[in-house]
Amino acid sequence: MSTVSLAQFHQVFFEESLEGLDVMEAALLALDQGGDAELVHRIFRAAHSIKGGAATFGFPDMAAFTHEAESLLDELRDGRRATDKPIVELLLRTVDCLRGMFDRAQTGQPLADAQSDELRQQLAATVGRTVVAPAGKAAGKSAATSGWVIQFRPHPGMLAGGNDPLRLLRELGELGQLTVEAQLDRLPALDALDPSECHLAWRIELVGAATHEAIAAVFEWVEGECDLSIEPMAQVVTPQPASVVEAVAAPVVQNVAAKAAAGSNDSGSVRVGIDKIDGLIDLVGELVITQAMLDQFREDFDPSRIALLQQGLAQLARHTRTLQENVMGIRMLPIGSVFNRFPRLVRDLTQKLGKQVKLDMIGEHTELDKTVLEKIGDPLVHLVRNAIDHGLEMPDKRRAAGKNETGTLRLEAFHRGGSIVVEIVDDGAGLNRDAIVAKALQKGLIQSAEGLSDDTVNELIFQPGFSTAATTTDLSGRGVGMDVVRRNVTDLGGSVAIKSRLGFGTTFTITLPLTLAIIDGLSAAVGEECYIVPLVSIVESVQLRADAVRSVVGGGELFRFRNEYLPIVRLHEQFGCPGAKQKIEDGLVIVVEADTGRVGLFIDGLIGQQQAVVKSLEANYRRVEGISGATILADGSVALIIDVAGLVRMQSRRKAA
Amino acid sequence: MSQSFSDGNAATQYLTVNLADEEYGIDILAVREIRGWTSVTRIPQAPGYVLGVLNLRGAIVPVLDLRLRFGLSREEYTGTTVTVIITVAGRLFGIVVDAVSDVLDVEENNVRPVPDMGTAVDTEYLKGLTSIGERMVLLLDADKLLQPQDAQMLDAALNAVGDEKAVA
Repeated sequence: MSTVSLAQFHQVFFEESLEGLDVMEAALLALDQGGDAELVHRIFRAAHSIKGGAATFGFPDMAAFTHEAESLLDELRDGRRATDKPIVELLLRTVDCLRGMFDRAQTGQPLADAQSDELRQQLAATVGRTVVAPAGKAAGKSAATSGWVIQFRPHPGMLAGGNDPLRLLRELGELGQLTVEAQLDRLPALDALDPSECHLAWRIELVGAATHEAIAAVFEWVEGECDLSIEPMAQVVTPQPASVVEAVAAPVVQNVAAKAAAGSNDSGSVRVGIDKIDGLIDLVGELVITQAMLDQFREDFDPSRIALLQQGLAQLARHTRTLQENVMGIRMLPIGSVFNRFPRLVRDLTQKLGKQVKLDMIGEHTELDKTVLEKIGDPLVHLVRNAIDHGLEMPDKRRAAGKNETGTLRLEAFHRGGSIVVEIVDDGAGLNRDAIVAKALQKGLIQSAEGLSDDTVNELIFQPGFSTAATTTDLSGRGVGMDVVRRNVTDLGGSVAIKSRLGFGTTFTITLPLTLAIIDGLSAAVGEECYIVPLVSIVESVQLRADAVRSVVGGGELFRFRNEYLPIVRLHEQFGCPGAKQKIEDGLVIVVEADTGRVGLFIDGLIGQQQAVVKSLEANYRRVEGISGATILADGSVALIIDVAGLVRMQSRRKAA
Repeated sequence: MSQSFSDGNAATQYLTVNLADEEYGIDILAVREIRGWTSVTRIPQAPGYVLGVLNLRGAIVPVLDLRLRFGLSREEYTGTTVTVIITVAGRLFGIVVDAVSDVLDVEENNVRPVPDMGTAVDTEYLKGLTSIGERMVLLLDADKLLQPQDAQMLDAALNAVGDEKAVA
């Protein structure tokens, strides 16, 4: 019973603890730069919460592990030990290890592994080296015994603190086999008995390979509220660290089923600021008032009050729009949650490569749709890693070039129009045009570099197949998987641009839509049907004369647009729409652009511009090629949204066939 | 739960619908809603029996014509033509039938296997038949109406997309 009831809090515990780990990591990194005592306190508090939570929610090995880290932090906090690089390094590894533990806890695997075991010993050893600890206790910490005798005598007032001895005993029971003997010597006569006090004491024999700290962790919350002694059993001692793992693994396995049940609803959750919720409640209140006001007109409609009706409708429209914005806002999270991982990444990379890099982060509070946020992390990591690995030079090279030895990497997020822009700016070596051109010629991507602008050359690094491991060194390395970065971003409806000056650095600009849930689109009529074309992919719409279209072998049609020939996709043919216009001069050609190319879409005409709330077709049906989703029009009917990239792909495949 | 409707023998309630002079039963627990026929938005590249999608309070729901699904000829949609919204395995879809008629309690031991002949319908979509007096009711296996072929098509489509991405 108790496991089940606790399991429902596991997810919250995991989320909070992972946040705590982020706090620890950020503070440790700041400490590495020479921080103050408050940082140590913050780290300590985070570790302490995790330890307490882990013990409460039935992760004894996590609690034990964190306990070691906490001991070390305690020394730092008391100033008994100086914070130096190796210590920070050790604690950072502890944070990583704990993250691993949480990952495993979420999937119900045993928490401890060889790495955590080794790290735990290392922590214990670090603590033990300087601290004058009671010899017996220190030995008990790392060694396991075959059993313990625990004398547990709660103070009479312990119950008032909300601590239940029964729960403690139950937790102990998860560590091994218990023999519990209640001691009644303090039990008063019935007429003197105060039922709100605890008069019992227990002598507990615990058989099993539990560690001293695992037992101590059980009693952690009643420290000071009881007399407690934990002694090894008489027939001690098999100091085998390996058995620790087995012992702690056993109770975890029992919890797997409960965890799996709890973890099955992994639909994800969003933490929403209370102010956002309050805003929504206010707004709904306003809506109700407006609705009540409009309701009056049902009973008593008088033409003289038409102005009031108009006013009410206007109010309704305004509230609905604000409500829509606010509800969308719930899905918006600050980009800082993605940026947070970079200080660590930069630190690790620069240490490994022997470079000096200063990381500036601006605009962490810029908010992005949760879906976009989850998917933008990897491309950003890729770009940052590239910038440090290949963009920024070694200190001596920088000095030779007359630059500051410490390179600067700037991550900046801000709003521009209806989009979010994320810039990754480094002041490194920049892209080497000659090397790119050489590589592109070799790969057959271009025939000659003549007449190509620098921007066009830089664009080449986004070409699939451009990048190979061999290019990384001779080209300041950009291009490793850059096509993947671009594809990830375009999948989100965004774009990546690059600016670079040789010797002065490189800027990547990622433009992302604010949200994936609503798009701006033009509604296009094709026969009797209506399709939505996303505004971002529309370049221009043109009306063509019949003689502007060239037919080519195989049935394709081309038309000249500025300086290029674009294929015409007749939407009514592609989608089989009945009753559409056939002659090119009767309809309209919209030039649309995807990262894979441009085409002209032939449609009957444009109906108008509108915002479309994107709905999934796949939820109840399946994916349809050339269609990215559906939306609901003002009259309640459904219109399909065109997937421009998909259409371009279909077109090029038809060309190939 | 279903037992509360019967006298001890396990019974299931079926919504019966009419289609081309025959009566079909749909497990009532799968039925979400019955609505009059409204026109739908056609989807490209869909099999012929998928008429299109409609807006069910914000959800995009595909609609199949049960006549076409069973290889019958398409009738004109009339005043009695209805769309029955069904939910199977978390997915919603609508089926268009000539009319809805009744709700029946069918006891498990009155369900007989479908003989492999005699009806205009591919027996694959039926899970049995039962008779109420003179009437014969064919019990539809709602799970199979949009599947499995469609699931395969879905997989194939997704694979095709995946392949393209891998190539690109």
